[in-house]
Amino acid sequence: MSQYVKPEDVENWLCHRCQVPLVIRPARIEYMGNAFPVELPRCPKCGLVFIPEYLALGKMSEVEQALEDK
Amino acid sequence: MDQKQLRVYEDQCVQEHAPACTATCPLHVDVRGFCAAIAEGDFNSAVKIYKKTVPFPGIISSLCDQPCIAACLRKEIGGSIAIRSLEKSILNFGGTTEPPRAFPAKPRNIAVIGAGISGLTAAHDLAKKGYRVTIFEKESEPGGILRNVSNQILNKEIIRQDLSILAVYKVEMLLSTEINFFRYNPEEKLFYVNEKPFHAVYTGIGATGKISSPILLEKNQLNVDPSTGMTEMEGVFAGGSLVYDFPISHPETGFSLSHSLIQSMADGRKNALSIDRYLQNVSLTASRVNEGSYQTRLYTNLKYYPPLSMKKPQNPDGVFNAEEALQEAKRCIQCECMECVKECVYLREYGSYPKRYVREIYNNLSIVSGTRVKNRMINSCSLCGLCAEICPENLDMGEVCLGARQTMVEQKRMPPSAHDFALTDLRFSNSEHFSLYKHQPGTDASSLLFFPGCQLCASAPDYVEKLYKLLIDQNKHQGKKGVGLALGCCGAPAEWAGQTQLFEETQQKFRTEYQAMGSPMLLVACSTCLQMFRKNYPEINIQSLWVYLNEMALKLPDLSASGISISIHDPCTTRHENEIHASVRSLLDKLGVLVEELPLARNMTECCGYGGLMWLANRSLSEKVVARRINQNKYDFLTYCAMCHDFFAKSGKPTYHLLDFLFQPDSLEKRKTTKPAGYSFRRENRARLKSKLLSTLWGGTMKEPEPYQKIQITMSDQVRELLEERMILDEDVQKVIFNAESKNNKFFNAKNGNFLAYYCPTTVTFWVEYQPQGGKYHVVNAYCHRMTIEEEVQE
Repeated sequence: MSQYVKPEDVENWLCHRCQVPLVIRPARIEYMGNAFPVELPRCPKCGLVFIPEYLALGKMSEVEQALEDK
Repeated sequence: MDQKQLRVYEDQCVQEHAPACTATCPLHVDVRGFCAAIAEGDFNSAVKIYKKTVPFPGIISSLCDQPCIAACLRKEIGGSIAIRSLEKSILNFGGTTEPPRAFPAKPRNIAVIGAGISGLTAAHDLAKKGYRVTIFEKESEPGGILRNVSNQILNKEIIRQDLSILAVYKVEMLLSTEINFFRYNPEEKLFYVNEKPFHAVYTGIGATGKISSPILLEKNQLNVDPSTGMTEMEGVFAGGSLVYDFPISHPETGFSLSHSLIQSMADGRKNALSIDRYLQNVSLTASRVNEGSYQTRLYTNLKYYPPLSMKKPQNPDGVFNAEEALQEAKRCIQCECMECVKECVYLREYGSYPKRYVREIYNNLSIVSGTRVKNRMINSCSLCGLCAEICPENLDMGEVCLGARQTMVEQKRMPPSAHDFALTDLRFSNSEHFSLYKHQPGTDASSLLFFPGCQLCASAPDYVEKLYKLLIDQNKHQGKKGVGLALGCCGAPAEWAGQTQLFEETQQKFRTEYQAMGSPMLLVACSTCLQMFRKNYPEINIQSLWVYLNEMALKLPDLSASGISISIHDPCTTRHENEIHASVRSLLDKLGVLVEELPLARNMTECCGYGGLMWLANRSLSEKVVARRINQNKYDFLTYCAMCHDFFAKSGKPTYHLLDFLFQPDSLEKRKTTKPAGYSFRRENRARLKSKLLSTLWGGTMKEPEPYQKIQITMSDQVRELLEERMILDEDVQKVIFNAESKNNKFFNAKNGNFLAYYCPTTVTFWVEYQPQGGKYHVVNAYCHRMTIEEEVQE
């Protein structure tokens, strides 16, 4: 499973509701009917997914473009 | 676009048609190609290009009668290119080349009777194709009329060298051989010439030879099909001076020939092709277009080329040295069309021209699985129609691209991100937030319905108010009917995005409202609205605001003392609205403003980068379009479209809106450099305009704001710019924060105290990093993506 986020990139962030640090866990993102299992920072308790700016504007944007032209 | 339509479009683009020299030459020598090579000093490539078409280059470069010269487009601008002299220099400086290899041998024999130029050419072409060719010539030398040319004009050595290729192709040359036996055996389907069997016969019996031999033909009359060269006798072909008689003189040598050598060669070649087809048992006539001399459809605009004459060669016999040849070849203007590409940033961007683009677009639409690499190209055209205006055959790439977009939408293959923002904006404009249809307060019928358009309301809502008041004042004495007001979007973004269904729904909604208003005359400020209504609602009684204002007895400010000179940027959607162009110029004249016309104005105007949603699909291209336009001259711009105005103003070009002169004559300096409103404010401006007009004129109120709208946000100018660039609206930010705060779905940064949260209102997921500050929220960053986070959050 692809992992694009390093734990140290999110070490200062906590899930506000659960007050716990984030961990890299499996998650699923989807676009135009294509689902991708990825490892993303999440709250270990409630599961809230964190997507950092560099991932949204970088790899995710690339994949979006590629899928749109498929 | 089906295949038939593709062909129609492809046929309209003339860029790939031959230049006049090549089309006029019966052999279609690629003069433009060898000129380009010589101009680069590359005589070796030039010789290859030349020999590719010309079987006997030494002979032709000495004695060609050059029908190309009369057709050369340089003729009127310095004199035709000295084509034959360049051909000579090609042979002088181009080095030797290996003749191309013959095709594998075919077990078919062909008799060529007469070693004149047409017979030699036919023999050459057929032998190269692999046929076994035998030439029968009654004289002791080959060459036909060339035998009569003096050694001074054409050295016998040149003839010998040129004809040596026939030996390479194993042509059997029987000289001093009279034909004393000719018979056809229908059972064997063989012709016997002097007892030798042949499958086909070519008779090119020279200038002096008449077909009088009763052995060859039973009758004296020989009827030849001019398109194929086949005679009444199947398998027997004829050509050369036998069927043509063109006396040709060479003024520079004083020498004359009874007919054209190049024509004879072309004739031999035509017959060789017919014989090849005949022996392969395929149609002799199918797809034989543009054989021999013809008139090309290639258009070349000569305005780009200043006159330039040939430099006389130093050598007294007129032969070029290499440098002189290079200079002469450089005079060739390299005829091509490219008219639209020269003027359109979009068409230039992809490095080719419409004929290729149309094919690429067709292929893109036909891909079943794989990457559709031309999607972005299809969505990047502004649909402005300038190409059709320029094109000698009126090919409209906008029509091609719009059709392709509609197909992509139908196929459900339109990239969702391409036009989403504009379509959301359209829905907003036609929602309760902005849409409004009202009769003038105090009246229950309208003689006129003012439709300012969504973009003017977004860019300059104060002008819309002023205009409405002005129209009401001017209409005072028109009886009981007043001036109605209609706020909404005409549907142009849907049309441009290829969303036919959404466009029709939008137009239908408008019609319903318009008819409920009593179908009065519709007065539109926006030329795009005008274009959309004219095209899709032809029976509507519609008028442009600018024409209307010009016809009114308005008291206009006198600006003549201010010495303002401007250039008018006509919006591309006014391309065929001559009355609007004239009215705007008339208004400016009355205002005392001097007009310096742009090189591309009125029906030749170009797009500002907004049209066709180019700015959404391809922002960098749209910026190039703006940059080219604003640098066309030094004058400040004036336009009468809100979007054109804002696109130029955004890039720093001092630009007036025509309404600035009417409503803000005292602060023009400030107006022309005012930065336009960003995306968030554009929406807010519309909603506020409706709210204000509703309460002040009709005593109405807007619906209570949504809870998220109560979220108050602040941000630095830098973050404001970032949001603008990422096309994230304040409304999106408010929704994220509202959702995060009300559900406590957010991250907290222990180091800097910021919160981060996301929310996906419809198709885009927005992330906002913020800090609560005294009841407000200070935004420090925002970004978005279209992929959705699938995993459900455990509550």
